[in-house]
Amino acid sequence: MERTLYDPAYEHDACGVGLIADLNGNKTHQLVSDGLTMLENLKHRGAEGADAKTGDGAGIMVQIPHEFILLQGIPVPERSRYGTGLVFLPKDGKAGEEYIEVLREEIRREGLVLSNVREVPVNSDILGETARACEPHVVQVFITGANSPEGLETRLYRIRKHVEQKISDKDFYIVSLSSKVLIYKGMLTSTQLKEYYPDLSSPFFTSGLALVHSRFSTNTFPAWSLAQPFRMMAHNGEINTIRGNRGWMEAREGVLSSKALGDVRDISPIIQPGMSDSASFDNTMEFFYHSGMELPHVMSMMIPESFNEKNPIGNDLKAFYEYHSILMEPWDGPAAILFSDGRYAGGMLDRNGLRPSRYLITDKGVLAIASEAGCLPVSAGSVVEKGSLQPGKILMVDTRTGRIFRNDEIKQTLADGHDYRRWLSNGRIELAKLRSGRKAENTVPDFEKKLRAFDYTREDVERIIIPMCNSASEPVSSMGNDTPLAAVSERPQLLFNYFRQQFAQVTNPPIDPIREDLVMSLTEYIGAVGMNILTPDEDHCKMVRLPQPVLTNDELDILCHIRYKGFNTEVLPILFEKSKGEIGMKEALDSLCREAEASVDKGINYIILSDRGIDETHAAIPSLLAVSAIHHYLVKVQKRVRTALIVESGEIRETMHSALLLGYGASAVNPYMAFAIIDDLVKKGELQLDFETARKNYIKAVDKGLKKILSKMGISTIRSYRGAKIFESIGLGAELLKDYFGTPSSTVGGISLSRIALDAARLHAQGFCSEVSDILPHVGQYSFRKDGIQHSWTPEAIAALQLSTRTGNYKKFKEFTSIVDGHKDPIFLRDFFSFRHNPIPIEEVEPVEEIVKRFVGAAMSFGAISQGAHEAIAEALNRLGSRSNTGEGGEDRERFHTDKNSGIKQVASGRFGVTTEYLVNAREIQIKIAQGAKPGEGGQLPGYKVDEIIARTRHSIPGISLISPPPHHDIYSIEDLAQLIFDLRNVNPEARISVKLVAESGVGTVAAGVAKAKADLIVISGAEGGTGASPMSSIRYAGISPEIGLSETRQTLIKNGLRDKVTLQTDGQLKTGRDVVAMALLGADEFGFGTAQLIVLGCVLMRKCHANSCPMGIATRNKKLLGLYRGCSDSLVNYYRFLAEEVREYLADMGFRKFEDIVGRTDLIVVDRAKAGSKAASLDFSRLLCQDDEGPLHADPDHRNILGDVLDKHIMAAARPALEEGRNVSLHYGISNTDRAVGAMLSGRIAERYGEEGLPDGTLNVTFHGSAGQSFGAFLMKGVSFRLEGETNDYLGKGLSGGRIVVRPDPDAHFDASANTIAGNTLLYGATSGSLFMAGRAGERFAVRNSGAIAVVEGVGDHCCEYMTGGRVVVLGPTGRNFAAGMSGGLAYVWDPDHNFDYYCNMEMIELGLIEEKARMEELKSLIAEHRRLTGSALAARMLEHWSEYAEDFIQVTPIEYKRVLHEEQLRKLNEKIDNVQMDY
Amino acid sequence: MGNPNAFLTIPRQEAGHRPVYERVSNFGEVEQTLNEGDRMLQASRCMDCGVPFCHWACPLGNRSPEWQDAVCKGKWELAYKLLSQTNDFPEFTGRICPALCEKSCVLNHAMDAPVTVRENECSIIERAFREGYVHPRSYPRNGRKVAVVGAGPAGLSAAVQLNKKGYEVTVLEKMPSAGGLVRYGIPNFKLDKYVIDRRLAVLEQEGITFRYGVKVDTEHLPEGYDAYIISTGTPVARDLPIPGRELKGIYFALDLLTQQNRRLAGEQFSKEETVSAKGRKVLVIGGGDTGSDCIGTCHRQGCRSVMQIEIMPKPPEGYNPATPWPAWPMILRTSTSHEEGCERRWSLSSCRFLDDGNGRVGGVEVEEVEWLPAPDGGRPQMKPTGRKSIIECDFVLLAMGFLRPQHPQFGPNVFVAGDARTGPSLVVRALAGGRAAAQELDDYIMNRL
Repeated sequence: MERTLYDPAYEHDACGVGLIADLNGNKTHQLVSDGLTMLENLKHRGAEGADAKTGDGAGIMVQIPHEFILLQGIPVPERSRYGTGLVFLPKDGKAGEEYIEVLREEIRREGLVLSNVREVPVNSDILGETARACEPHVVQVFITGANSPEGLETRLYRIRKHVEQKISDKDFYIVSLSSKVLIYKGMLTSTQLKEYYPDLSSPFFTSGLALVHSRFSTNTFPAWSLAQPFRMMAHNGEINTIRGNRGWMEAREGVLSSKALGDVRDISPIIQPGMSDSASFDNTMEFFYHSGMELPHVMSMMIPESFNEKNPIGNDLKAFYEYHSILMEPWDGPAAILFSDGRYAGGMLDRNGLRPSRYLITDKGVLAIASEAGCLPVSAGSVVEKGSLQPGKILMVDTRTGRIFRNDEIKQTLADGHDYRRWLSNGRIELAKLRSGRKAENTVPDFEKKLRAFDYTREDVERIIIPMCNSASEPVSSMGNDTPLAAVSERPQLLFNYFRQQFAQVTNPPIDPIREDLVMSLTEYIGAVGMNILTPDEDHCKMVRLPQPVLTNDELDILCHIRYKGFNTEVLPILFEKSKGEIGMKEALDSLCREAEASVDKGINYIILSDRGIDETHAAIPSLLAVSAIHHYLVKVQKRVRTALIVESGEIRETMHSALLLGYGASAVNPYMAFAIIDDLVKKGELQLDFETARKNYIKAVDKGLKKILSKMGISTIRSYRGAKIFESIGLGAELLKDYFGTPSSTVGGISLSRIALDAARLHAQGFCSEVSDILPHVGQYSFRKDGIQHSWTPEAIAALQLSTRTGNYKKFKEFTSIVDGHKDPIFLRDFFSFRHNPIPIEEVEPVEEIVKRFVGAAMSFGAISQGAHEAIAEALNRLGSRSNTGEGGEDRERFHTDKNSGIKQVASGRFGVTTEYLVNAREIQIKIAQGAKPGEGGQLPGYKVDEIIARTRHSIPGISLISPPPHHDIYSIEDLAQLIFDLRNVNPEARISVKLVAESGVGTVAAGVAKAKADLIVISGAEGGTGASPMSSIRYAGISPEIGLSETRQTLIKNGLRDKVTLQTDGQLKTGRDVVAMALLGADEFGFGTAQLIVLGCVLMRKCHANSCPMGIATRNKKLLGLYRGCSDSLVNYYRFLAEEVREYLADMGFRKFEDIVGRTDLIVVDRAKAGSKAASLDFSRLLCQDDEGPLHADPDHRNILGDVLDKHIMAAARPALEEGRNVSLHYGISNTDRAVGAMLSGRIAERYGEEGLPDGTLNVTFHGSAGQSFGAFLMKGVSFRLEGETNDYLGKGLSGGRIVVRPDPDAHFDASANTIAGNTLLYGATSGSLFMAGRAGERFAVRNSGAIAVVEGVGDHCCEYMTGGRVVVLGPTGRNFAAGMSGGLAYVWDPDHNFDYYCNMEMIELGLIEEKARMEELKSLIAEHRRLTGSALAARMLEHWSEYAEDFIQVTPIEYKRVLHEEQLRKLNEKIDNVQMDY
Repeated sequence: MGNPNAFLTIPRQEAGHRPVYERVSNFGEVEQTLNEGDRMLQASRCMDCGVPFCHWACPLGNRSPEWQDAVCKGKWELAYKLLSQTNDFPEFTGRICPALCEKSCVLNHAMDAPVTVRENECSIIERAFREGYVHPRSYPRNGRKVAVVGAGPAGLSAAVQLNKKGYEVTVLEKMPSAGGLVRYGIPNFKLDKYVIDRRLAVLEQEGITFRYGVKVDTEHLPEGYDAYIISTGTPVARDLPIPGRELKGIYFALDLLTQQNRRLAGEQFSKEETVSAKGRKVLVIGGGDTGSDCIGTCHRQGCRSVMQIEIMPKPPEGYNPATPWPAWPMILRTSTSHEEGCERRWSLSSCRFLDDGNGRVGGVEVEEVEWLPAPDGGRPQMKPTGRKSIIECDFVLLAMGFLRPQHPQFGPNVFVAGDARTGPSLVVRALAGGRAAAQELDDYIMNRL
């Protein structure tokens, strides 16, 4: 078992990738050299470790350089008749020799010869310390003896798999073994690759293709083998579904034998354990490839594009995808994958298109695809085509014939491969279309008893089920969860309660399941997968299609009784004899597993696990335990894919319950008790709905909730989610996890099966052993009850805190802390800690004034809380020399230069109010990745709450809803975060940049990546943190305790040597000095307070923030209620000073003079043993407290991340007359993709000096020539005008604040601007004002969250105008899917000559129409005229010339809310007019 | 909860009292009731707080938000069931509880307009009786016997709980009927005694045995019971041993109140026994609730005038910073009896009673006092000023509270409940005390099994 919480399984990486191929089949060294140039120009997408010289990995794949090999004097047969590859051997020569022998033996067994082992020359001197410490001995092996090239690749593959089976030394690694390609890679930076391998510089080293990769890993640990490319591909992004994919590949091995490879067991495991997600993808890909599938086929099966009705693809292709979805769940996640087998080479994007991929084709016959445009310098005149890969689409070339395969052609060929449509319609059964005539009962016998035996409470019914039935969505609540962890509560718990949802943060983006519903799917197929699924066969389609995973009683009944087409089912009761206790439960589980196996052998298509039979003597086994145990057992015996599991359980009521069951292997669930309750409620008239509607709503709510849970992990389909175990547990013992949940270790230990059996018996007794009262119990889960579940915020505590801080009474404050610290039973993990004593006089301890600086205000947006409260917090913290946090709603600029200016300015996914001026007025800029109460989710401020002042601070329009998307659309990956940090640091080089994460397992590795992305401060938020509105299930079930997250972060940062380079902050239900000290010992330098602050200001924890009814005038916009606010900043000052004083007392008691000396000192923690036999006694804090690696334990206060030389510094120097005297200045620069965030620093200085107003229009004009790097013109201020001739990458005009950007192709370029892509993804993200004119097409998400900028563009990708709240967008060309999703304000005009634009629109919030108003038409025309004037666009010229013809083809996109606002505005003006008229009479 | 914003549009509406001119002539209940619709609206004002301070402040832990929700939806029976989970006598507390819940209601804190928790409670239980939700139930017997000594609120509440748990309960009461101070202390104009009788009838049918007129010597508890509850209250009133105490016309408050209630219940008293304020100039010494009850009773008996004096200073009106929300506010309270006419004076210490010449009290010499805050923050200290004066009166009522009782060393199967345990307190605390003692008794018996 691991000693610390760090687990390499959580490592993430992402990167830059590039591919260059010669279409004429020429093999040149120039091409290799170009590949390396590309790599070097992608340097900023990779990362370095703490020693600044160790790279995370770089590599190149080339065709085998035959001439070069011959020149090395190696006798090889002719091209393609021998195999070669680099091998990493341990430095220890002896072991290396042994491994070579193993290799030799395997080669021999395959009938081939290891003819040569070449020492690969390397230049070790250039390596960084970390890389050198684990540098392998690199040799190149040559395998000969093949009679023909036919089948040689497969034989080499087999050899490699066999060797991998035999050698498990992590220092041994076969980089590649192929007769076609050769890979050089290592733990290097992009620039080191060439230097390290002198081979690559030889002029005889030639290739017709090169695939390069530069890696950014969250951790810099010995990982030469994890550098990319892998054997067939290089990947930029992250496979979110990796856990499920790996599990299912393992489960599937039993049915995967193929003619080409023979028995799959011979090469098993298909996926090499202990590698990265990309490596697993590569393993799977090469397996299918060697089984005989074509590359595009493999890719399309593994990364299918979205094929529901919202996607414009043909029915044959849909059938192709549907057929393959039965065989393989999607490998989902942000992915740009470049692949090659040595002949074919190409690229593909995931269904969401979340990674950039730009390509160009030159007139010399070179194709280049890369993460960024411009990384391969090509003269503009030679380009014949520029484009970007589209979501779910492939582009491929055959380097032998020079043919380019476009997506449509490839897909059509695939779709035509078999008559998939007929196969499906013959075999697949749609559950919705089956009718049986039978009627299933919704009532349940012994209803009242069972309610109690399944632990239903009145809150479950009133707060969960009823709202779900009424509103068809999950209930919302507010504030954080302050009840005990299931792990420490002695009340019997449902097993579900121990689990927490995991979520994506930084390394991959969550998805918006509402606005981007087109990629989501809950469709599931159940039935038995036959043998040999690699042979295409109609029989594989014999499946039942379920539209969603929650089955009604009727549906389950039908499923149980289909005899049609040979479907078989079996019901296995998940019950145990209560009197036998633990042994009974264990026996029952064992026999369930055996029975399930027997069912598979009998050919049962699906097994129904049911606890309906619970009675006086039989208690239910927790359904989750049962399903997980059977799932893992069947995987182990390789029979899992041959059946499906359905759970029929009375336990299921919440979305989380269904999600857990699916996540642990169930294909469908039937919550029969929930249905019985709904039936009962309907009969009693408590639900004013008929049963069918209520049930439909309930299921819809679960569906929505499931999509939300999936999407917060960045997963789009339930098929990739099933069995993926995207959860973690707190308080389940290691043995239990290992035996039944397929999880190797436990973070803090916990209960075993005996306790589960005991709880099951106790729950059973609630229903069956005592007289049941006629009202369900109310146990105070969601609101305080005296005799209910403990809450850490008690009425006494609230009253004492308010009184003490209001009156400045420290004695009373100590009363408060003793109430909070002294609660009867533990609630949080830190409640088990006490501290070592070694008292010194308190006078010697550093003063309160120093300590309070470590306390900061947690982020709460103005809008979520009232102006009074928001300003009081800022004032108090400014007085204390600390910082308050604006939250995500921006800040009124009136406050910027006053004592009400918030020190921390938050940048959240909605970018509300994030202007240049806002950023330059920050001492700290915080990138909010996630929030404890709802990590991975977005938010929404409904229009009725957006009044004048909120609208002003958020730069939006009153009355228009504001949506915060779940992800930052400029952070899909770790290198994106590095880019955003870079952008923000440019705008405000003085401010610290912080990144707010939420605790979950793996947060430590994410934090290490964030530190490497050069953040100054990382917040580890606890899951218990508060919220103004969040789905109830998220408050309760997402994220984990800050103690665990913080400890893992501390351990991982120290292990990486990064701890002193970053300040650690934590929050989540912190209240007292004891909390502060406990968290400091676990590694926190700073502490955030949210709920406590509000309580000091008068909050009484109504938990009604979402209802706008806060009677204390804090969390409300209601004017009447605002008047009831009576908080004041003095109380807050008192609170923080008291807190610091109490911390001093602890420091004195522990014997420390300075706070920093206790940070990370886990050795000072004494764990209080819990009562023997209690649940808490099984907890084990050793992994939490362990500190194996040495190094600094706290942040170095003097550490600074410094910006290097950037183009802006030159521009600023040259533009001094403009900046200082307002004189007009024009400048010219060349630009390349390594010049990033150009304009940001310049704009920062302007905003600092001139505020929002900026400079007069046209003051500074800068023309650039070339390929601009990411974030070109970010935060560009008013008065600055950028003109770019060439092309640009992602994030152009991010946060545009009044500047003007013009982009047009290079004047030398010959291609048609309007048909080519000259800009990347996510343009104008969060722009507040200014304009953009672009003669050419842009990528996905154009003008996302635009709230005021004006843009003209000649074509866009998917999701254009997403979440837009203001401004104008004119699209003179094609649009992708999902146009205007979540668009609530502003207008768009789209040229739609084909009259099919409506299909591409997300109509949820908008209306389409022709342009009717004259003013609108004039506006459009003048924008197009401006566009022509600035860009010289030929298209615009044509349009203006024939305006009357073109004008008819424009569609106006009007958000309905905006329409209403405009209408009201008009009405107001009319009324004014009328009033005036009447006065004249 | 139907509408979380209801409190913004619906003002607090109290049912109010019958007009003074009408009510002072009789002993009928002073408080009026709202109609059902208004009552539901009042209940809808409850915000269902995440931290319900009302529930916390209530000694019984009444889950007010739960039944307010039921009432506002018209689910009266559910409301009754929820209410009776924590409270065995809502008809008592619904009438005479000072409603700690309302003082700690967040709406009291925010806008000085708490939910009408007490009145809503009363409506629920009255409706429950009217609709027949309250009916005798039978509980399985466990074969054990307990005696409850004293049929005041604590004893009754313990008896109900124990009966529910299956004990055979016998209540022993020295007075002719059950109820304790609720029956013999609280005037009928606040709580009509049919309310008690109505409940007793139910309890008797549920199997509780009441034996009246039984004086139990706590030193020698009756044999034949497995355990005992001692709920004998605080029978001894605090006296005022100053010169002239022996004069005629000086009574303890309860002398007046008990007799009035018994008379209303039909008992006859001889002229010598009669305590009546009719035609008298009354002085009530003691500014608490009992004193207040005396005032109302004297008015109804036809006194000439009433004055009430109190040794402590006049509490602040409206808001007292020393007792902030959610604590019970120490502020000036004006009861319905005060409204009926009474002069109130504070910071007066009584020095001696004056003889009218006929051996009857003719006045009281009082001295103004000052209260100085104690240096250690404890109880303030009294400082006489020497400013003396005389208050003329011919009828003095001593309403200065009751003494904390002393008990013998009881065996382990004896549990003291209510005022007998804590000293004088509120009915609601006595009810909670009775429940707690019943639980202790049950735990004791169960642990011995």
